[in-house]
Amino acid sequence: MTLNTIASRGQTRPRRFYNLFPLRLTRKGRNSLAAYAFLLPGMAFILMWLAYPMVNALRISLYDWQLMPGATSPFLGLGNYRAALADPIFWSSLANTTRYALVTVAGQLFFGLVVALALEGVRHARVAMRVLYYLPVVTSWVVVSLLFEYLFNSNPAGLVNQALVNTFHLVDKAIPWLNEPRTAFIALYALGIWKGVGWTMVIFLAALQALPEECFAAAAIDGADGKHMLIYITLPLLAPTIALVFVMLTIGAFQTYIPIALITGGGPIHRTDVMLSYMYSQAFTDLKFGYSAALSFILAGIVFAISQAQLRLTRREAHSLP
Amino acid sequence: MPNIRRTYLSQILLYMLLLAGVIATVLPFLYMISTSLKGTVYAFEIPPRLIPYHPTLKNFIAAWTSNRFDRYFINSLSVTVVTTALVVGLGSMMAFAFARFTFPGKKFWYGVVVFFMIMPAMTLIVPQFMLASRLSLVDHLEGVVLLYVAQNLPLCVFLLRGFFETIPGEIEEAAVMDGASPWQVYRLVILPLSKPALATATILAALGAWDEFVWAFTILNDPEKLTLPVGIAAFQGMHLSDWGLVFAASLIAVAPILVLFAFLQKYFIKGIVTGALKG
Repeated sequence: MTLNTIASRGQTRPRRFYNLFPLRLTRKGRNSLAAYAFLLPGMAFILMWLAYPMVNALRISLYDWQLMPGATSPFLGLGNYRAALADPIFWSSLANTTRYALVTVAGQLFFGLVVALALEGVRHARVAMRVLYYLPVVTSWVVVSLLFEYLFNSNPAGLVNQALVNTFHLVDKAIPWLNEPRTAFIALYALGIWKGVGWTMVIFLAALQALPEECFAAAAIDGADGKHMLIYITLPLLAPTIALVFVMLTIGAFQTYIPIALITGGGPIHRTDVMLSYMYSQAFTDLKFGYSAALSFILAGIVFAISQAQLRLTRREAHSLP
Repeated sequence: MPNIRRTYLSQILLYMLLLAGVIATVLPFLYMISTSLKGTVYAFEIPPRLIPYHPTLKNFIAAWTSNRFDRYFINSLSVTVVTTALVVGLGSMMAFAFARFTFPGKKFWYGVVVFFMIMPAMTLIVPQFMLASRLSLVDHLEGVVLLYVAQNLPLCVFLLRGFFETIPGEIEEAAVMDGASPWQVYRLVILPLSKPALATATILAALGAWDEFVWAFTILNDPEKLTLPVGIAAFQGMHLSDWGLVFAASLIAVAPILVLFAFLQKYFIKGIVTGALKG
């Protein structure tokens, strides 16, 4: 029921219905006017701060853009995009981003699913545990990034080092975690997974609670035990939710920036850069605005492509979200 | 009875598994709290102590009084309050237009909203920064707020439109019969019936503004003007080893969120799950 149809039924007192907009227009015109009056104030923000910058970014990405007033910006056409495809740092940042997405998404899915299944299996302290698992999700990225920088400190007295060397005797000497790209990424993966498990857990809990009872009752009559129910009933029924969560987490992972910026700063020499940190440093450190804008659009293209998959999944599986 | 013993055993195993997970989740927070309560000298101890020998609030007092975190707190609070009010106010109006009117261009404008919901927020930062500097908004909290409103609106509109469309039309019909204007329908019928969705939208916008780092970091330089996330990151950059102070400042930023979370758990979880629909 839209207001237009309501309005056409309330013809007896049209003047009071439109008392906010006492213009001499047709009914339809007045209704559109009312709709635009509701739309416009908010839309003005979107047009000014998102749509206009977007058009501007497209333009900037075609130039070797100079910020200095008066300086001429040479037109490059698709040159910045071509330059990106020939830029080894672009490829290594894309590879780092993809690897980050693969590892953290897999980790979040696995642990989130395990915790959700375990929580479904117990009777006590469920709410309390759910809240505790959710704590990292509500804590800001800046704070948890600094916290993991502290935990993985290269100093032998850093907590992870102490646990590995002195408590569990797994390694002989302290690991300089954040000085080497390989080990730095281990810390970043750990952070990404740790922060997201609570979120996937909540979605899986909602999906588990929506599963049809009958399947489990029928399986129990047929003599299936817990393990078989999990493998042959629960997991197949969860498959669409798992696919949706997979896509949503991947979109999120491709946009990671704060932990990289705060923990490694993309260094040493861009070796831990992800796409957004490389894009940001190209703009605000190297002042290559045109190139940076082109990098932005490449990332946006990737995210939109993944979103298409998401849209398809959401249309079918929107009900599985809480 | 082997059956019962087996279920007991599996229950114990499940609790152990869950407990291990809880410890892994919470332990970093406990170390953060513990470090913030230690004096500087003890921040890296061998072996590490979870319970400090001589707990002190000195770091919190130092952060609040001599490191301007009182100022940052007020900056963050005002940015968050203004952003949230504008996002929920303007967003609910837009959602009302999309949910209850048919008008030319409706599909197009909704497409614009959804497009910018998916568009990764950070990708437009260069032209947004140019716009802010052309409008002399650099180093002004107003510049922070204006972009936060635009960034948080699309998701808010998406969320509220979905909810408004579930409200049955009969109630409004009755109101319109009694001569209510669209504004009155919005104010007196739709908004009061949408409290849960408005609560979710409020938390989503508030959390977004309170925690945002990249934009604030990009346009704020004046040490008087920083918000909490930028203040903490800048402070950590300057005092690399003073972790007690860094974590005291972090806890000042995190505490209000955790308190709200404890009371409004349901809306938080709903809000963040919805928030993930955003690109």
